[in-house]
Amino acid sequence: MVIEQEKMRSLASRLGQEEVRGRSPWTDARKRFVRNRAAMTGFVILVLVALFAIFGNGLAVWSNEDLDFEVMGQVATLGQPSLANGHYFGTDDLGRDLFARTVQATQVSLTVGVVGAAIAVIVGTLYGATAGYVGGRTDQLMMRIVDILMSIPYMFVLILLLVMFGRSITMLFLGIGLISWLDMSRIVRGQTLSLKNREFIEAARAIGVPSWRIILRHIVPNLLGVVAVYATLLVPLMILTESFISFLGLGVQEPLTSWGALISEGAGTMNYGTLWQLAFPLFFFCITLFGFFFVGDGLRDALDPRDR
Amino acid sequence: MFAYVLRRMAVAIPTLLLLIVLSFVLMHLAPGGPFTQERELPAQVLANLNAKYGLDQPLWRQIWNYLYGIVAHFDFGPSFVYPDRTVNQLIAEGFPVTLTYGALSFLFAVVVGVALGVVAAIRQNSFLDYLAVGISIGAQVLPNFVMAPILVLVFTLWCGLLPGGGWSFSDPRFWVMPVIALGTSYMASIARITRSSMLEVLGSNHIRTARAKGMPEHRVVIRHALKPALLPVISYLGPVFVSMITGSVVIDIYFSTGGIGKAFVDSALNRDYAVMMGVTILIGALTILFNLVVDILYAWIDPRIRY
Amino acid sequence: MALLAIDNLSIRFATNDGEVRAVNAVSLTIEAGETVGIVGESGSGKSQLAYAIMGLLARNGRAAGSVIFDGQDILNARPNVLNRIRAEKIAMIFQDPMTSLNPYMRVADQMAEVLVLHKGMGKRAAVAEAVRMLDAVRIPDARGRVRLYPHEFSGGMRQRVMIAMALLCRPRLLIADEPTTALDVTVQAQIMALLSDLQREFGMAMILITHDLGVVAGSCERVAVMYGGRIRETGPVGPLFRAPAHPYTQGLLHAIPRIDRTDDELAAIPGAPPNMTCPPPGCAFEPRCPCRREVCATDRPPLEGFAPGRARACFAPLADVRGHRETAAPTTPRGTGAHPPENRIVPVAAVAGAGMAATPGRLDDHD
Repeated sequence: MVIEQEKMRSLASRLGQEEVRGRSPWTDARKRFVRNRAAMTGFVILVLVALFAIFGNGLAVWSNEDLDFEVMGQVATLGQPSLANGHYFGTDDLGRDLFARTVQATQVSLTVGVVGAAIAVIVGTLYGATAGYVGGRTDQLMMRIVDILMSIPYMFVLILLLVMFGRSITMLFLGIGLISWLDMSRIVRGQTLSLKNREFIEAARAIGVPSWRIILRHIVPNLLGVVAVYATLLVPLMILTESFISFLGLGVQEPLTSWGALISEGAGTMNYGTLWQLAFPLFFFCITLFGFFFVGDGLRDALDPRDR
Repeated sequence: MFAYVLRRMAVAIPTLLLLIVLSFVLMHLAPGGPFTQERELPAQVLANLNAKYGLDQPLWRQIWNYLYGIVAHFDFGPSFVYPDRTVNQLIAEGFPVTLTYGALSFLFAVVVGVALGVVAAIRQNSFLDYLAVGISIGAQVLPNFVMAPILVLVFTLWCGLLPGGGWSFSDPRFWVMPVIALGTSYMASIARITRSSMLEVLGSNHIRTARAKGMPEHRVVIRHALKPALLPVISYLGPVFVSMITGSVVIDIYFSTGGIGKAFVDSALNRDYAVMMGVTILIGALTILFNLVVDILYAWIDPRIRY
Repeated sequence: MALLAIDNLSIRFATNDGEVRAVNAVSLTIEAGETVGIVGESGSGKSQLAYAIMGLLARNGRAAGSVIFDGQDILNARPNVLNRIRAEKIAMIFQDPMTSLNPYMRVADQMAEVLVLHKGMGKRAAVAEAVRMLDAVRIPDARGRVRLYPHEFSGGMRQRVMIAMALLCRPRLLIADEPTTALDVTVQAQIMALLSDLQREFGMAMILITHDLGVVAGSCERVAVMYGGRIRETGPVGPLFRAPAHPYTQGLLHAIPRIDRTDDELAAIPGAPPNMTCPPPGCAFEPRCPCRREVCATDRPPLEGFAPGRARACFAPLADVRGHRETAAPTTPRGTGAHPPENRIVPVAAVAGAGMAATPGRLDDHD
């Protein structure tokens, strides 16, 4: 699982060039994207998953917290997926409806993924743009800090934090978001360095626009392509991180659940033949990751087309 | 070169010290001390405990003692939960296991990944290429915590070929699933990176020159293309190392292999800060060391890097 | 018999955005010891022509036609056949000496491997020969510098290394693909002088690919002018320069800034090169041509001889072309003309020169 930094750099420099030629890369990119079958498939998958998360509860017969006492205790035989008793995806080990649980897990995982990616992208962009724009010693210092932070084993620190300050979902959001902005800040800084000597930035500086305004109004919009691709590719990484932590039982807490927590439960009970408890959450987890990867890759290839 | 290594060390050591101090301070900021438990301890017991672990001393003094212990004796102090055991003992139990399957996974990921990527690139758009790309895309969504149950399902529950958990240094059957579960997704990423960088390099000008010199294709690939194509892979090895150590937590839990991941999660659930910090710092140190090695390797391959 | 006979050579590139027709039905012969210039602007297909001869087209490129070298058809030959010819019989030097040398290998190793491979020399002897060749291209202190990496040389010196490497096996034909384009003007002259000297000394034929007419005038015997993947005019240098017979050649010559004229502006050929994904049905130069007529938009003019050793591809009568002195005003673009229709995606390769297809990117610097 990786965002290929080389390709991101190539994309960044390519988008920088387009600016010079004054031709918007977006129109062409949209057509290329639409023609990219993998990307479109991913897009459709994501839309379906999102619809599932939003409207899934409307379809559920059972609530995600109710225990089905008829099934309880005999989950392996009675808790199977069935249309008759309304447990479309079967029940979990305690007799709760897995369909409703999966809907809830989808909501939680998607939210954590999107919010985490948003935090990472915002922090990374602002940090990188500031370092690149200000330059000089500040830049040196800021980037040295990034270097140092890069060599910290984040997952451990995050778990440390979760244990010390309690396992709240806010902590999870922040923790996951704040560990992923480093690469982003490097790319943005590089791009800012090359943007900053362009005429339109110099013109803005010459008429006395304050630095923070230049960064926000002129530099950041020019980074949009990179940011969009990066964000799309970060979401699945965030989902992975969250699922990892939840798999260990350190993430979201009952009654909330997430894909990682459901996969963990399913993996724990599959010895008893209740395979559906692993299969359904895993299915949604996998297709969503695929969806994001395909869309992210497609977006990047559309903005930076080369015969690879 | 030597000066470069020294300069890198000059960054690495303060980073490590910073990590130690930071985690120590964090521990103190945490609400409730390490002995906050469900049932209230008598005040006298608590005071004694605090005195025993030196928690009644001023913070700077504690940090200094902790740092001194680590730097001078490689001593992470006693566990807060198991009074008769030190953090060192707990780590020393699990570390050889983690190291064994971790190193094997790492080798598996790098060797198979690079081979797959190179073959896919030189046979671009062939069946082999599609196969390699398919594997690497598919394996992207199979992180360790997904691979582990699937492997157990297939090889233990269905086929009955491999033991579903546990560890033995003498029986490689216990190694197979941890190694594959941990390594697969990185193998896939490395294959992807190798393939795209190999394609990029094979299209570059100096490869065209090599071909114009009449070199046979295999020689072009091995002598001229492989080194530059591996550069992105090498810079990815640092993150792989970190994520693998992180992933070992899942392996230790799921397969009951008894590595340091187990010690870490147990201590996390017991709020045994001393062990958590010990593990975090050890891993931080390993990471920093590994990144140093990677940087040196990188500089050694690419003569244009200025030291 | 000619040393190299190119007959009806066409090159196509399959890209995501359609087929790029980089070179169309080009025929050209080169005699032993002769220097032939191929001139054209970026994207005219001149570099791809050279790559096709050497079998170096990008993966997505396909060549058709024939290229007979010394009695043997080498176009699309099997790799082991080509590898006996490359460097040994036909050597090539490239436009960008910065990236054309392997940055990860010492110059000594890069040069020596040619001799080890083709001449079966030992490593030590090969390095000694490489040093001699570096001396021959006038690199000072060759013995000491042979141990360096390419990035430790200046641009001009790197091109000298490139030339030395190409000449190691004493090839019978040297293809120089814009050898001076990436260099400083003063260095350009030195490199061209060096190439001419070496060519005489080694008695090889040379194909000089360039967009710089000055370079051609100084060193070539014959010229072929290319536009839109086709040869528009060929002939001996002197007559062709003195009395160009194709409006495009005329435009090119006109566009050279001259110190003895005091025109206010630099003359440029109006319009842009054609999009090679969907080339116009007629003459590709028609939209930019000052002498165009109706037939030009629908039919392709064939390359026809009109004087000894000279040929041109143009429907306009010779007198008409020569009568035109001034450049033409640009015409409104047509659907298939100079400008692609607005809503089409233009492949990078087709616009910025088909060379893009073969060189997907430069090596990144590591920051």
